Amino acid sequence: MAEKPKVAFYWCASCGGCEEAVVDLEEQILKVVDAVDIVLWPVALDFKRRDIEAMPDQSIAVAFINGGIRMSEQEEWVHMLRKKARIVVAFGACAHLGGIPGLANLADRRRIFDTVYREVPTQEGQPGTFPQESSEPDGNRLALPAFWDEVKALDQVIDVDYYLPGCAPPPKLIWGAIEAILTGALPPKGAVLSPNKACCDDCPRKDSKPDKIELTEIKRPATHVADPDLCFLAQGFVCLGPATRSGCGNPCIEGNMPCRGCMGPMDDVFDQGAKFLSAFASILAPKTEAEIDRLLDQIPDPVGTFYRFSLPKSLLHRRRPGATV
Amino acid sequence: MKLVKVTIDGIRTEAEDRTPLVQVAQKIGVKIPTLCHHPLVEPYGVCRICTVEVHMRGRVRLVTACNYPVTDGIEVFTQTDRVRRTRKLILEWLLARCGHVPLLNTLAAEYGITEPRFGRGDDTCILCGLCVRVCSDVVGAHALGFFNRGTTRYVGTPYDEPSDRCIACGACVEVCPTGCITMDDEVEQIRGELPLGPMTAIYIPTMQAVPHQPVIDYDSCIHFKTDACRVCAAVCEAKAIDHGQQDRREEIQVGSIIVATGFQPVDPQKVPQYGFGRYPNVVTALQVEHMVNASGPTNGQVLLKDGSRPQSVGIIHCVGSRDKNTHEYCSRVCCMYSLKLAHLVHERSGAKVYNFYIDMRSAGKGYEEFYNHLLEEGCEFIRGRVAEVSDWAVTPAEQGKLVIRVEDTLAGLVRRIPVDMVVLSTGLEAREDADEVRRLFNMSCSSEGWFLERHPKLAPVSTFTDGVFIAGCAQGPKDIPDTVAQAGAAAAEALALIDTGQVELEAYTAWIDEERCSGCQICVPLCPFSAIEFSREKKVSTLNEALCKGCGTCVAACPSHAAQQHHFTDAQIMTEIEGVLVR
Repeated sequence: MAEKPKVAFYWCASCGGCEEAVVDLEEQILKVVDAVDIVLWPVALDFKRRDIEAMPDQSIAVAFINGGIRMSEQEEWVHMLRKKARIVVAFGACAHLGGIPGLANLADRRRIFDTVYREVPTQEGQPGTFPQESSEPDGNRLALPAFWDEVKALDQVIDVDYYLPGCAPPPKLIWGAIEAILTGALPPKGAVLSPNKACCDDCPRKDSKPDKIELTEIKRPATHVADPDLCFLAQGFVCLGPATRSGCGNPCIEGNMPCRGCMGPMDDVFDQGAKFLSAFASILAPKTEAEIDRLLDQIPDPVGTFYRFSLPKSLLHRRRPGATV
Repeated sequence: MKLVKVTIDGIRTEAEDRTPLVQVAQKIGVKIPTLCHHPLVEPYGVCRICTVEVHMRGRVRLVTACNYPVTDGIEVFTQTDRVRRTRKLILEWLLARCGHVPLLNTLAAEYGITEPRFGRGDDTCILCGLCVRVCSDVVGAHALGFFNRGTTRYVGTPYDEPSDRCIACGACVEVCPTGCITMDDEVEQIRGELPLGPMTAIYIPTMQAVPHQPVIDYDSCIHFKTDACRVCAAVCEAKAIDHGQQDRREEIQVGSIIVATGFQPVDPQKVPQYGFGRYPNVVTALQVEHMVNASGPTNGQVLLKDGSRPQSVGIIHCVGSRDKNTHEYCSRVCCMYSLKLAHLVHERSGAKVYNFYIDMRSAGKGYEEFYNHLLEEGCEFIRGRVAEVSDWAVTPAEQGKLVIRVEDTLAGLVRRIPVDMVVLSTGLEAREDADEVRRLFNMSCSSEGWFLERHPKLAPVSTFTDGVFIAGCAQGPKDIPDTVAQAGAAAAEALALIDTGQVELEAYTAWIDEERCSGCQICVPLCPFSAIEFSREKKVSTLNEALCKGCGTCVAACPSHAAQQHHFTDAQIMTEIEGVLVR
């Protein structure tokens, strides 16, 4: 029997949903297991770092890496995987764009530590005890990974071959990617493995879209129940569908939630949030500055709304270091 | 058509068989008196005054000419002794009823009646029935009728009540030979006003109208109220009038369009301190223009509302121009038309004319000379913006006059000038519907509503939409010579475009990558040139590059990078920015 291609799964700053997505392949995962040899999958199988370090360079066929890069340890891991793997796939929105953890780029390390280790009321122990990269409790030297000021997307740290977008990537796209890799039918390097069209394209509510949308009020799922058949934007909900890549199968829309943009922008778009904002600005009904301000005040968290998944990959990357929050 | 030979008072003529005799006589100039006859209604033969003697095949008869149909070979005599005796008797009978009607007395004098034998009655209606017949047969209102019989017969409305069938057309007043019917004072007043617009229901819009043809005012025409009348059609020899015509929408394919929709005068009531609408003798320049027109309502006379001639007239310049409350711009034409009217008013009425101006703007060929001419003519020029026009008299000299209060900035004092008539030189403003027209042709408007040219110096008649040109006051206030010059330029531009047979487009248009477009339609309403349409079939937006001006609005707004622009791709712009930042 010829040697099966080796596959690695690794996680960085992520929630674990992407691991879940692999399991969501259901019985197809058996085919994956049949076809490949999983050499690394911390969530499911016990491999150590030294096992991978021992492998020759380029010996892993493909490494699926999810999560943003937030700490020194994650950076070391991905650099090593880049060396050992022939193909690196950024798996999920966090690896692709920085993701939800990337919203931490609105603060810096100091601000985060202050909040988490000093200010939160649920804090236990001595408030103000910050994690140290190196300490010697009871004479034993302990080391912790360094915590950085910002979260980065995977391709801001290492070279990435392909992207599997989504939070988490839909099983259909995962299987498509695995099939393509196994058969060698791969698109050009750098491709996002999902259709290059916006969500409106296959949105079940597309036909309810009016010729001209004019927003006089902005609604949120927290405060209003959306009509289950009408275009969200036309109803006044901020729906990132027009600026977001399709391929997800619209599970949010089916669940009566507007698109939040997890699939990321189309090819050649530099900044998903900015692109959506310029479209969004053009459908606001008010004409005077004061009226526009009043309307936009109805969005309590603009960055979290327009850059929910893409702040580290936006043109600005992060809040200016040292700026007050 | 059968022609018959007729002899009237020895004059031989030919006429169509069975034509009423009175018509044949009229045609050859033989005068037969009539009272109850009118060419627009059927002859009635009731007043008998048109009695004549007819000789036919040796038989001699007295007949009424208005309803006697001519036949071949008849010989007619209108002035024989017998005829004159008969008419005299008829007149005496008429006078016995209506002894003081001037028309009857004039006729009576012709027939030598001084003292009618049967006395003079006090009635004024001779029961000729013209009013009843016109009201029924022509107007179709059926408001009038005869009531009672014999000596108590009279004309009136049912139950002698004001009739709601009456449309106050005044036709009965018009045809009544004795002046027995009059209009109510109020109605008479309305009709007596000097309207600026058309005074009949069928009219030629302006003397310069193209095509030079009359139009019917649907709302005023009697035919569309009662389904009758059609008097205009009856008198039109060319049989050109068709009341059955319907409005039609016609689509005409053209290569280029010249928009010359003009202006509207500023409503003088927007400047309430000048009293337009409150004082009847405060008029607009256009109303005076109408008066000085020889074919206008006053036959070229300049008259006050009461019909008398003004002794003094004040012309206020810049009404609705050069004023922050209305329009800040100069309307350009008012100075010169005010000077023209000053000259004409002085010439026609002999009145003393005052001009109240801020600055005299008489730039143009021969204009300054005309201004000097008026100065020599004795026209008064007072430099200063008029504060107020009122009828509040302080001195006996101001009694019954309109007083113009103004600061004379050359003399350095506030003056009160009493005049009989105030003329407001209203400025020009963009038409009310300019914004709709602008959108229709994808043009731009300046803040004052005038259509915007592509370049004020280099492309003065072009717009931002290829093939659409502008001319005249739609582009901004200007006088007739300027308008004609601009119209010529626009026509030449349009012709040049048609003559080339092809259109060159700029290369920097936008385009839509249909493979990428998700059909979100954000771009469709944004395009200021209507170049983008949503294809229901393909469910994507499509862009007509011939209409696109490359403004980039859709490119910026497209959330999925499907709308892109030649020469301005994101990659090119980012590279430029990098180049600037990295030096």
